[in-house]
Amino acid sequence: MEPSTKTENGKTLFVDPSKLRQWLPGILFILVAIFIKFVLNKSIGTDALTTFATNINEKAIQIPNFVFNTRNALDLIAGLCAGIGLYQIIRGFKKKTSTIIALIGVLVVLGFLVWGASGSSISFTGMLAVMVIRSVPITIGALSGILCERAGIVNIAIEGMMISGAFAGAVIGSIFGLWAGILAAIVIGALLALVHAVLSIKYKVDQIISGTMINIFSTGLTSYLYIKFLQSSENQWLNESGFFKPYAIPFLSKIPVIGPIFFDHNLYIYAMYILVAVLSIALFKTRWGLRHRSVGEYPKAADTLGVNVFRTRYLACILSGMVAGFAGSYFSLGSVGRFEQTMTAGRGFIALAAMIFGNWNPVGALQAGMLFGFAESLTTKLSLLNFPIPAEVLLMLPYIITIIVLAGVVGRSRGPAASGTAYEKESL
Amino acid sequence: MPPILELKGITKRFPGVLANDHIDIKLEKGEILALLGENGAGKTTLMNILYGLYKPDEGEIFINGKKVEISSPIDAIRSGVGMVHQHFMLIPVFTVTENVMLGEEYTHHGGFLDRKKAADRIREISELYKLNVNPDDLVENLPVGLQQRVEIIKLLFRNADILIMDEPTAVLTPQEVDELFNILKTLVEKGKSIIFITHKLREVMECADRIEVIRLGKVVGSTIPAEASPEKLATMMVGREVDLKTEKKPCNICETVLTVEKLSVRDMLNRVAVKDVTFELSGGEILGIAGVQGNGQTELVRALTGLRTPISGKITLLGKDVSRSSSRRITELGTAHIPEDRQKDGLVLASPITENLVLNTYHRRPFSKGIILQRLAINENATELIKKFDIRTPGILTKVHYLSGGNQQKVIIAREFSRPIKLLIASQPTRGLDVGSIEYIHNRILEKRDQGCAVLLVSTELDEIMQLADRIAVMFRGNILTIVKANEVTKEDLGLLMAGITPSSHKEKPHTTKTEEIIT
Amino acid sequence: MENKNTKGGKRNFLSIFYEELSKSSLTIIILSVISGFVMGGILVVLTSPEVYKAFGTSFVSGISTSWNIVAKTYSSLFLGAIGDPSKITAAFRSGDHALILKAITPFLESLVVTTPYLFTGVAVALGFRAGLFNIGAEGQVLVGAIAAGWAGWTFTGLSPWVHVPLAMLIGAFVGALWGFVPGFLKARTGAHEVITTIMMNYVAYYLIYYLISAPLRDPNEVTPKTPWVLESAHLFRFFPDPIRFHLGFFIAIAVAILAWFILFKTTWGYELRTVGLNPNASRYAGMNITVVTIAAMALSGAIAGMAGASEILGVTWRQSQALATGYGFDSIALALLAQNHPLGVILTALLFGFLRSGSRVMQLSAGTPVYIINILQAFIILFIAAPAIIRTIFRLKQPSAKEEVTSTISLSEKK
Repeated sequence: MEPSTKTENGKTLFVDPSKLRQWLPGILFILVAIFIKFVLNKSIGTDALTTFATNINEKAIQIPNFVFNTRNALDLIAGLCAGIGLYQIIRGFKKKTSTIIALIGVLVVLGFLVWGASGSSISFTGMLAVMVIRSVPITIGALSGILCERAGIVNIAIEGMMISGAFAGAVIGSIFGLWAGILAAIVIGALLALVHAVLSIKYKVDQIISGTMINIFSTGLTSYLYIKFLQSSENQWLNESGFFKPYAIPFLSKIPVIGPIFFDHNLYIYAMYILVAVLSIALFKTRWGLRHRSVGEYPKAADTLGVNVFRTRYLACILSGMVAGFAGSYFSLGSVGRFEQTMTAGRGFIALAAMIFGNWNPVGALQAGMLFGFAESLTTKLSLLNFPIPAEVLLMLPYIITIIVLAGVVGRSRGPAASGTAYEKESL
Repeated sequence: MPPILELKGITKRFPGVLANDHIDIKLEKGEILALLGENGAGKTTLMNILYGLYKPDEGEIFINGKKVEISSPIDAIRSGVGMVHQHFMLIPVFTVTENVMLGEEYTHHGGFLDRKKAADRIREISELYKLNVNPDDLVENLPVGLQQRVEIIKLLFRNADILIMDEPTAVLTPQEVDELFNILKTLVEKGKSIIFITHKLREVMECADRIEVIRLGKVVGSTIPAEASPEKLATMMVGREVDLKTEKKPCNICETVLTVEKLSVRDMLNRVAVKDVTFELSGGEILGIAGVQGNGQTELVRALTGLRTPISGKITLLGKDVSRSSSRRITELGTAHIPEDRQKDGLVLASPITENLVLNTYHRRPFSKGIILQRLAINENATELIKKFDIRTPGILTKVHYLSGGNQQKVIIAREFSRPIKLLIASQPTRGLDVGSIEYIHNRILEKRDQGCAVLLVSTELDEIMQLADRIAVMFRGNILTIVKANEVTKEDLGLLMAGITPSSHKEKPHTTKTEEIIT
Repeated sequence: MENKNTKGGKRNFLSIFYEELSKSSLTIIILSVISGFVMGGILVVLTSPEVYKAFGTSFVSGISTSWNIVAKTYSSLFLGAIGDPSKITAAFRSGDHALILKAITPFLESLVVTTPYLFTGVAVALGFRAGLFNIGAEGQVLVGAIAAGWAGWTFTGLSPWVHVPLAMLIGAFVGALWGFVPGFLKARTGAHEVITTIMMNYVAYYLIYYLISAPLRDPNEVTPKTPWVLESAHLFRFFPDPIRFHLGFFIAIAVAILAWFILFKTTWGYELRTVGLNPNASRYAGMNITVVTIAAMALSGAIAGMAGASEILGVTWRQSQALATGYGFDSIALALLAQNHPLGVILTALLFGFLRSGSRVMQLSAGTPVYIINILQAFIILFIAAPAIIRTIFRLKQPSAKEEVTSTISLSEKK
């Protein structure tokens, strides 16, 4: 993804634009604070209490629920927002701005939750546990994107690889067992990525077109096969893979609050943690990682030093596909235990936004994934709370957030410099 | 003792062109050999073959008398050959250590990088050869001269004995060039051998032990500096008598066309690249802006052509304030702009010549009536201009990317010069072109000046500035240090100014005919 | 470039013809489509259990079964798309009006299915020409439909001459809005339009879902549906029921021609194309890239919106729960196949429309799921985007640099 080229039209400017960019968010934050204090707060009685339930199940050490006065909580949140807003106007956060925006987002959401749950109880811990679960396909998808783009190839086909992985996982999983299903998903992802690689590297097809083609092909093929083979009742055995059960990590899962949220899930969540760690180390601390990144930044330079650009890119693509396929298998083998058409619902694209938001960094991707996961978990919770906003509108939330994230962040971050262009071996 | 390097019969063909034609070259140990030739002569191709980036169709390479097969840069490196490219092969977001190590990394068990060990070695090399480089710096923060030294360290890190330098002085001030030559002498003293590719005649005379001249893929002459002169070398390079000096009529100044007052402009990274620049330009004269690439010239030109809004200051064109005007308005007031990067800014490569020739006039009569394009007029215009400016092309509808560099530049010149213009801003107009095209463009520019046009010539080639300009301004770190008459200043003084040093042995004060400020 | 058939002197006409043909991009296009069909056929064979059974018996029976299955699939596709040629000729000979209409119904129905493709293909092609990937045609069609429908049942007492254009314009306007947002974000923040347009699709999808369940719901219906569009807003149908061929088809053709004219004959089009080919040069030329980008996306969205409007005003007359139409992604393949030329889009839209229309019948009679069409499209895009593959397979000659007309999709020189 290319960062924006700043527009340079000759226009009359009355205000220095850099100051405006600093004030605007600050003013926004203060407006948010005012909204929380005067709109939300006013509609609640002074005695209203909100309860954040802290225990999801009996496995962890139990602690009492967190009960507090709604108005006080809202005041606190409003105060924090206002404070941050003032700081932004006076000093500005500069490099940390996206973190701060995320922080304000979190505060706003917290405010809504406190307000919405006033007079009743809400399982905040439960929400966070769901956040972790929901973040899995997005984070792993983002890791797939990072693997590919850091070497200079844009992978728009993560969505297609995911749905193929979900399908392969479900069907092979039904026939040969869960682990075979995972293997099948990884292989399918790798094959699709190989096609993408050959098209982008050898035939120098525009990477967006090649990726879009794989998406069209994958959705088409999986739907075709589903209708042809999986819909009839006698074939149901082909689509009943079941799913991986959660496994509570001993000791860690007993920690109150933190335990059930992070350490009591199935293999996919743990795989996510491991992949983030492994990729972080591999990219920044190993020889492989240095060469991999050099090819994405300045392939000619790497080439003159003997790094095989083409081989590196092929490998990057295939690894990316394997990870994307694995991410896809989550939908079937890690969640509902079967394949349904369009079960990925655009998460492959949200994963790309998470990658950008996370600055092409595995740990950043994890954070961004959690953010999107939180949005999704919020959606379910809010509809249960009888929020005045209809459920369908809430379902839009992750997608709208993606748009906002992209709009706000892209100008500030820089992706790998050579990403998206085919490498030509030409005279220097 | 066999020569440390010998190339025998190297031949390389590309579709439609014979780049290297049975070339024989010898390099002795401890010598600096200069390969001289104009752009497109084949010298870079030859060196790319030596470095393993190309495979020769015929010919052999011998190192220390033994035949070697070099089919990739790794082979070249293993044979002790290293290359510093014209455009640096450095990754901006990596540190010096990472850039130097890439491909030859020091590792712990299991492939984990050992940055410390590499950094220590880099420090060692830097001290030994007096290179002054800090391994932990991010390359993108380093000035150009230092970046070049990082490239040299890359080679020494890999124990290169034969160093190839491709146009190394293109981005340096004359003082930095001297420093580079000193470094080369140090390298040679310590036993290294150097091949130096260039098209700059004077440097070759200063620095080389031996000179080989290449033209059209063949070696056409061998000599040593003691027996050569710039004129002789130029003749060998081009194949005919070359008049190194263009005839220039005395300057006949008309009224003021452009006034720039305390102009400040930011660059793409938001740093202030142009600081309070002030100067005036009149019709009938050429003002040359000299300076090493990256001192604000690019941003200055973009502000003057309406492509970037200045932070402060005023630009007056023909009496009108255009400080914040659009590029279209500035064009319509009678300005022509030959851009620095012709393929990026000046042409739409995938479009035919007809459309490129009306790139900034398509919206006016006769090329359009209202919003309807007038194809006939556009095509006629193309036919006419192709003839008038001698653009070599199969047809008027040929897409511009098929044309040679010189002809592409001619398209831009044809377009810009076919309007009535009062101000011409030419930015690096002859970069990468062959001598014939350079001559042509210089003559066209002088023509415009003689017709009363005001010309602003921005160039990193000091020779070009000294040949063409009537007055010369030197830009350094965003300031204009001084503006002098061309015939009242020496190249050495200009060199000092380009490095930010006001010559202490200052002659008479530069004449100020209008308001000019001298910033010491 | 030596022709192997040269024998001391003149080359014969056939070899010259073959050489020119092998270099032309039209050949590539046709071969790509054919290859796509071949790949589709292979897929059908591979996924038919009968084939495997037949191979179990003997190789020959395996081959013949394969051939039969492919033939059945594609012939039902053909019949579904165009109709039965024998029935058609018979009907025309008999001169019986009712019989003729019945015979050409499949053909007319295919034209109906083509109509939205004409709009969306032009929309996407325009976007590509400006260097933008408009993957959001899907969402733009949906919101255009609902907006036009709303105009269709809300305004009463209008004459069709007013109501129809009004509803179409409102549909176009809302579609434009849906294109404007990603365009604006791209121009001002650099947010990549591939992702933002896809996100807008999902937003549209859920928005329609919501609108149909509550505010715009027909109170008389049990399941969520919109009210009926009033007769005054119906797009004129040329033939009596059940033939649905309507005015929208000709409006679409007109839009395509208009798009071609704007793109190649006007200064606006010149600016749009230049921004797409080289944004730096367009800036140098004084063009306002921000305005062009936003305008292009908005225009693209507007035309896609008209696709939706045409569907609801001409075909369905109401909207039930929004189903993904698939027009969005299909039109990408369509536009690329037409090399982003609006007039070419007319041809490729017809191809895709006929395929889609025929595929419904094919699914019923041959049992091949309609999604084979998507797979066909994917292969066609593959072959068009990498013509070298076709050239290798069919051993065609590479055009020389001087002769090459743009044969690949060279979308832009950006970077």
